[in-house]
Amino acid sequence: MKKLWKGNEAIAEAAIAAGCRYFFGYPITPQNEIPEYMSWRLFEVGGAFIQAESEVSAINMVYGAAGAGARAMTSSSSPGISLKQEGISYIAGAEVPCVIINMMRSGPGLGGISPAQSDYFQATKGGGHGDYHCIVYAPCTVQEFVDITYRAFDVADEYRTPVMIIGDGMLGQMMEAAEIPPMRDLSTLPKKDWAACGHSDGKQRLINSIRNEPDDLEAFNIRLFEKYKVIAEKETKYEEYLCEDAEYVFVAYGSVARICKAAVLTLREEGIKAGLIRPISLYPYPSAIINQTAQKAHVKKFITVEMSMGQMVEDVRLAVNGLKPVAFYGRCGGNIMMPADVVRFVKEVK
Amino acid sequence: MKIIISGFGGQGVLSLGKFISYSAIEQDLNTSWLPAYGPEMRGGTANCSVIYSAEEIASPVIDSPDILIAFNEPSLVKFENMVKPGGVIITNSDIVGIKATRKDCKVYEIPVDTLASAINKRGANVFMLGVLLPIFKDISMDSAIHAVEHVFEAKPKIIPVNIQCLEAGYEYMSKLV
Repeated sequence: MKKLWKGNEAIAEAAIAAGCRYFFGYPITPQNEIPEYMSWRLFEVGGAFIQAESEVSAINMVYGAAGAGARAMTSSSSPGISLKQEGISYIAGAEVPCVIINMMRSGPGLGGISPAQSDYFQATKGGGHGDYHCIVYAPCTVQEFVDITYRAFDVADEYRTPVMIIGDGMLGQMMEAAEIPPMRDLSTLPKKDWAACGHSDGKQRLINSIRNEPDDLEAFNIRLFEKYKVIAEKETKYEEYLCEDAEYVFVAYGSVARICKAAVLTLREEGIKAGLIRPISLYPYPSAIINQTAQKAHVKKFITVEMSMGQMVEDVRLAVNGLKPVAFYGRCGGNIMMPADVVRFVKEVK
Repeated sequence: MKIIISGFGGQGVLSLGKFISYSAIEQDLNTSWLPAYGPEMRGGTANCSVIYSAEEIASPVIDSPDILIAFNEPSLVKFENMVKPGGVIITNSDIVGIKATRKDCKVYEIPVDTLASAINKRGANVFMLGVLLPIFKDISMDSAIHAVEHVFEAKPKIIPVNIQCLEAGYEYMSKLV
């Protein structure tokens, strides 16, 4: 049944439905409803919640619980996610599956608590040290947050990789109707023969990210990137909105994509053919569809809209590869653009 | 339908928005409730943007509301110019001493606190929900009652007096619209 859910709380319930039983976090606005909800709800389903002494501890607790084979999660907001980066790199290096939520706020530094998308580089280009990626999703409605969080645990397990889901304060704080999928029966989840969960079967298992031999580490790096190739083939997600005849194509994700959708409708009412490509997975990035769209004769220009000084626009330019001009419109510091601002910008640059 | 509700913290601004969203899902409509949660909340003002529609809701951010509900003066000053031409502006005239300047909108000045407190001292926002129903037209009294019952689920004792407030608001506005 559909119910009215706050974004943050819906994410927490969807994670539990997906089989997450361990949550480790540290408070920060605007994602506090996630740990708050987990703090009472996990006990009802036989799980455990720990408010760690810091973000660094929280991510390493996730590493431990997930290394023992459990479905584990943490959530934070931008400055807190920065603190978790070392742990995320270790988790990627040890090929441990987990889910990390970043409800972005404006930065740099402590910044502000208002919505922003200025952690795109950090989320998609590594964040921590070393050659690795997280799978990164950017849902745009409360229902999509639910569906993606639910599936994220399966995807993380399948590829043994950390999955990051990013939103912003707007999506975390808003309420929309959503339906939570059925509660998973934990006994039906695939067994993890790599997990370090005791010596009961007599086999020693080691969860580790240290590889001192250059040849070993290079082989591992290559294998990791072969895995990312498969992920790119199978897990790239996007939405195309009114692109069939579009002359001006927005590229935007998360809450900004919804603002652009409203702008598309207004522009079309005024006779300007606009459309939208909304990346749902930011890593792997839907470069192919952007490139195919750029090749179409009816497309005159791409307009990337972000709540940042321009981060994803670099990936749009790489994908467009000079075939068409790419303009950028951004607001930052926690300011949200209005649909009318986006409409005005298109009229200026068209 | 796009609605901006604004006032002081404690006037029930955010919960009025929730009442509208709960009423809308009672009727299988799509709805979004977006609170201002940022530093502006710390200045003592609160506002939320509420949308309901049979269509998919694109932007939850509203730049031209159909209806503005201003529970205090700063809210009227801040949002008045955004209201759609032909839209509706409702002020709580118990607190808002100034007049709306828009000539192309329907303006209702309603002493909500006085009217509501005759029934329930804390009922201004539920009274306002009743006021909105004749303007909405597509949200039924039944749905609004269910919404009130849902929001006050944990405090069943105060449900009857709130439903009275809701009906009083509806009757008051039905005479004006």
